Amino acid sequence: MANRNEASVWAPPRLSMRWWPVFQRNLLVWRKLALPSLLANIGEPLLWLVAFGYGLGAMVGRVPTHGQEVPYIVFLASGSICMSAMNAASFEALYSAFSRMHVQKTWDGILNTPVQLDDVVLAEMLWAGFKALFSVVAILGVMLALKISLSPKLVLVLPIGLVAGVTFASMALVFNAKAQGYDFFTYYFAVLLSPMMFLSGVFFPRSQLPGFAQTITDWLPLTAAVELVRPLFLDQWPADAARHLAVLAAYAIASFWIALAFTRQRFRR
Amino acid sequence: MTAAPPLLDVQALSKSYAGTRVVDGVSLAIAPGECLGVIGPNGAGKTTTIRMCLGLTAPDSGGIRYFTQPDGTALEMPRDGLAIKARLGVVSQFDSLDPDFSCAENLFVFGRYFGLTRSQMAERVPQLLDFAALGHKADAKPAELSGGMKRRLSLARALVNNPDLLLLDEPTTGLDPQARHLMWERLQRLLAEGKSILLTTHFMDEAERLCHRLLVLDHGRKIAEGRPRELIAEHLEPEVIEVYGHGALALADSTLAAHAERVERSGETVFFYTRHARPLMQALEAHPQLRTLHRPANLEDLFLKLTGRQIRQDG
Repeated sequence: MANRNEASVWAPPRLSMRWWPVFQRNLLVWRKLALPSLLANIGEPLLWLVAFGYGLGAMVGRVPTHGQEVPYIVFLASGSICMSAMNAASFEALYSAFSRMHVQKTWDGILNTPVQLDDVVLAEMLWAGFKALFSVVAILGVMLALKISLSPKLVLVLPIGLVAGVTFASMALVFNAKAQGYDFFTYYFAVLLSPMMFLSGVFFPRSQLPGFAQTITDWLPLTAAVELVRPLFLDQWPADAARHLAVLAAYAIASFWIALAFTRQRFRR
Repeated sequence: MTAAPPLLDVQALSKSYAGTRVVDGVSLAIAPGECLGVIGPNGAGKTTTIRMCLGLTAPDSGGIRYFTQPDGTALEMPRDGLAIKARLGVVSQFDSLDPDFSCAENLFVFGRYFGLTRSQMAERVPQLLDFAALGHKADAKPAELSGGMKRRLSLARALVNNPDLLLLDEPTTGLDPQARHLMWERLQRLLAEGKSILLTTHFMDEAERLCHRLLVLDHGRKIAEGRPRELIAEHLEPEVIEVYGHGALALADSTLAAHAERVERSGETVFFYTRHARPLMQALEAHPQLRTLHRPANLEDLFLKLTGRQIRQDG
């Protein structure tokens, strides 16, 4: 039943700089756990890189992409760094945000102060984006050390990683808002993220997909991130950069708005 | 001289969930320096009323005004929510302390939500920890604290912005007597400093000890309001004799009942409410096998008279 005294949950976001103390709170917790967090962030992607890049790569040889044939390790590295950004942002905006929102009631405490829910959701979104960026920095460091690519254009991987992180964080927060428990997130990973991982050209070129699947996967956010990042590893400028950024921005804005509406609904009771 | 304008003035607040009225036309006001207690059985609408006062739930109708000025202007919830919360202290029913932070960090981080600077907090945190009797626990995590310590830390956290008005939702539920007394002592200290408190509680001794005025809610409605002693005098006979033991229940229908203005039964116990206890006590001497307790009527009697002795479905 609609309540005359209550603005619609779909009202435009009311954002202010009050998100900053909430972001700082997460930063302070994370600083205490940064080292183990760093190892976890680097460990898994490194495992993929070594096992598939060097192991499988030796059998695969060179892969055609962006008008040239590149070693499989370069192909995989450029894709898996996007995958890491996706996973880091998603984990943070699902499991960690849910802990703060539902289990620890951290958000409830914050809402008794002059910080409104919209700013809390914004802070969580930016925080998960930051975690993605952190992950990208760490892995890029390892990739540079392994001399997988030394292109100076790689510096652009950082802002792209942040944008991708913000996008996947916004998407995850939609599901966070609807979750009743951690189990729910398993479906998100199994039904959405894992298929996307295989359809977005992280592990093999999308040219291997049937034509219609290529057309559809053109519009996936992970595809956009990979299409932006991979050329940089090959010391090229990405083609259609504006389109890929627009795809990420569209997912980010639409998802954030939906996440905000669902979260407002959840907190109204 | 007119009374100072109220810090919180709630008019005819109503709220329904799925067609059920959980709050039905509740009005209340808190004067500066006053402690107002809201009591009522589970599901009476206490927490929903507080949630509306905090802007967490929108009322279907009614007005919530804070900090009325002498010229009559006031801050309104939800319109001025952030300005109001900047001046409120809130302790909710369940602790929302940050488990990853020490006691001191919990306070520092919370101060930032109010826009307080590090240097302001550096001065304030030790005072707040002392106030909460947690000076020795500054570096302890909440998981290392007892229930009473956690509640006191929550109270200290609600004081970071030096609020004029505190909203406390069942601040001592689940605490042992020592912890409860310490909490009471701290709340009394805050009242002595001139702060105002809105408090919900299930403990009638707490309500009687702390609250200047009480509001009894049941089924979302206000069913009584007034000073604790006056409410008891208004609704109850001054003395109660409780009788229990084998054969006690039969006394309720015996000639003894004529000595009492009112007789109630609950389980194996009979309650005689009377203005003149002596004749009844003398008559009870004929039943030495029964145990009797003669005491003044208290808030618990009032509460049970107004809201009934039966257990609620969700109780």
